[in-house]
Amino acid sequence: MKAKKVNKALLRLMKYIVLAAFLLVVIFPFLWMLVTSLKGSQAEIYAFPVQYLPKEPSMINYESMLWKGNFGQYMRNSLIVSFAAGLFACVVGICSGYIISRFKFRFKNALLLFYLVTQMIPTFIMLPSLYQMLSKHHMLNSIWVMALLYTNMMIPFSVVTLRGFFDGISSSLEEAAWIDGCSYGMALRKVIIPVMKPGIAATFIFAFINSWNELFMAIMFIDKDKYKTIPVGLNGLILKYDIKWGEMAAGTVMALIPTILLFAFAQKYMIEGLTAGSVKG
Amino acid sequence: MNGVGKLKRKRNRYIVCLLLPSIILPMIFTYYPMLKGSMMAFQSYNLMDISNIKWIGFGNFRKLFAPNPSNSFYTILGNTLKWVCVSLFFQFTIGFGIALMLKKKFRGSGIYQGLIFFPWAVSGFVIGIMWRWMFNGTSGVINDMLRRIGMVSEPIGWLADKKTALYSCIFANIWYGIPFFTIMITAALRGVSEDLYEAASVDGANAWVKFWCITVPSIRSVLLLTLLMRVIWIFNFPDLIYSMTQGGPAGSSHIVTSYMMQLVQSLDYGLASAVGLLSILFMIFFVIIYLAATKHLSGADE
Repeated sequence: MKAKKVNKALLRLMKYIVLAAFLLVVIFPFLWMLVTSLKGSQAEIYAFPVQYLPKEPSMINYESMLWKGNFGQYMRNSLIVSFAAGLFACVVGICSGYIISRFKFRFKNALLLFYLVTQMIPTFIMLPSLYQMLSKHHMLNSIWVMALLYTNMMIPFSVVTLRGFFDGISSSLEEAAWIDGCSYGMALRKVIIPVMKPGIAATFIFAFINSWNELFMAIMFIDKDKYKTIPVGLNGLILKYDIKWGEMAAGTVMALIPTILLFAFAQKYMIEGLTAGSVKG
Repeated sequence: MNGVGKLKRKRNRYIVCLLLPSIILPMIFTYYPMLKGSMMAFQSYNLMDISNIKWIGFGNFRKLFAPNPSNSFYTILGNTLKWVCVSLFFQFTIGFGIALMLKKKFRGSGIYQGLIFFPWAVSGFVIGIMWRWMFNGTSGVINDMLRRIGMVSEPIGWLADKKTALYSCIFANIWYGIPFFTIMITAALRGVSEDLYEAASVDGANAWVKFWCITVPSIRSVLLLTLLMRVIWIFNFPDLIYSMTQGGPAGSSHIVTSYMMQLVQSLDYGLASAVGLLSILFMIFFVIIYLAATKHLSGADE
């Protein structure tokens, strides 16, 4: 009996060791980027055997990215594009998600299939014809066009997600509002949306992060430095023959900052959303 | 009667107005380019040779499958198969293993899940950049670690060698995909009723029997659906390869989708679209399987 108990404790200990090791494996690449970005000299960055901690942490890589390069501009562009796309995706998602959740109409299943199909098609399959279309209408090199494209990219997700959130709210709320004389639109604005805040926040953050990360459309449709987003900027650095890894690491870390902040805030919703959808089938 | 009709018209107008943006945008920016792209697959359409755009039937496809030894498309198809199967196998088994350890909640398990899930919020492109630096052939940290534990004596050019480039990308992809399975399977595992395990313990079942006779059958549908979903996703994921190797050296680490991206960038839109159309066909095939499986499983569960 005692041996069994010891055995169990040992097993538990092993479990925690494995979990801790796995956590380290997951975190390490990020830490490594941070360490590299803080190393001041080329000699230190390219030393082999590798130095695991910077001798004197230095911000020189960040400074040269921001002041010598145009990274500040890229960051601003990325922020505008992602913020706009997140906002638009939420507005469109609220409108359509509400309708799909609350009203009966023909073609509802066809509509859901319409969204599903867009999710299965890789973006880069439509890049050539999209490029032709945009260049014909002089829509290349515009951050607003990028925001529109990202909104479009996020619509199916935000409609389906927000519809799920609407489904979770009892319709008696707005029915009461209708009886009190609210129009459909007013009931939606004044009664439903305030209750939906967590769902809307989660959708916004998801759309923001996805737009923040998007690469292939951005490198196709933007080539002027003034309009580049962060992934396009990093792409320019990585295509060079000799990559400056110190600056590259600094750029990567800066690109990660908003993601970390938003993720810390929305991680719970994202996990719930992901698992709820598929566990229920 | 007139009043009811009016109300109904108003309701219908309301429905159409609110749905319109979410229908029109995908029509213009997703479906139209997709159809146009499918047509380009049957054209000779090269931006370097813009005056010479013409219909060539299956010419692009014949070029892709041309049976001459210099044709790299067969290698690319083989790579894609390895990319999907090897990545999926390890993502799934390791992810499942970790999920089993996370099944029982402990203090901080919520934060733990959040932390290991974080890479999911980062783009594959940036993940690829990080791994490219770690796999660096002269001063990469992976070489250093292997040297410290005595596995290698000289740094290896992981991404510069034809034999290791693709597998290095697959390694990074496994790292990237494990948390997804962990999260999904943990959620499913926590939904399995404890009573079943207790009953089995009373009957004297050991852990192994419990795993195969209770755990696996209970979460069977989640396992199958996440696996199918991930096949599509991994197939569709050239980002890592794009930033780690650009398909190199000498095209040896291309998969179908990263190859297509390269064709797009070299402005051969016709050939690129042909590759794209093949990918869509593969995807449709998989979506049909996915939908059939969903239907079958949800029918079986009820």
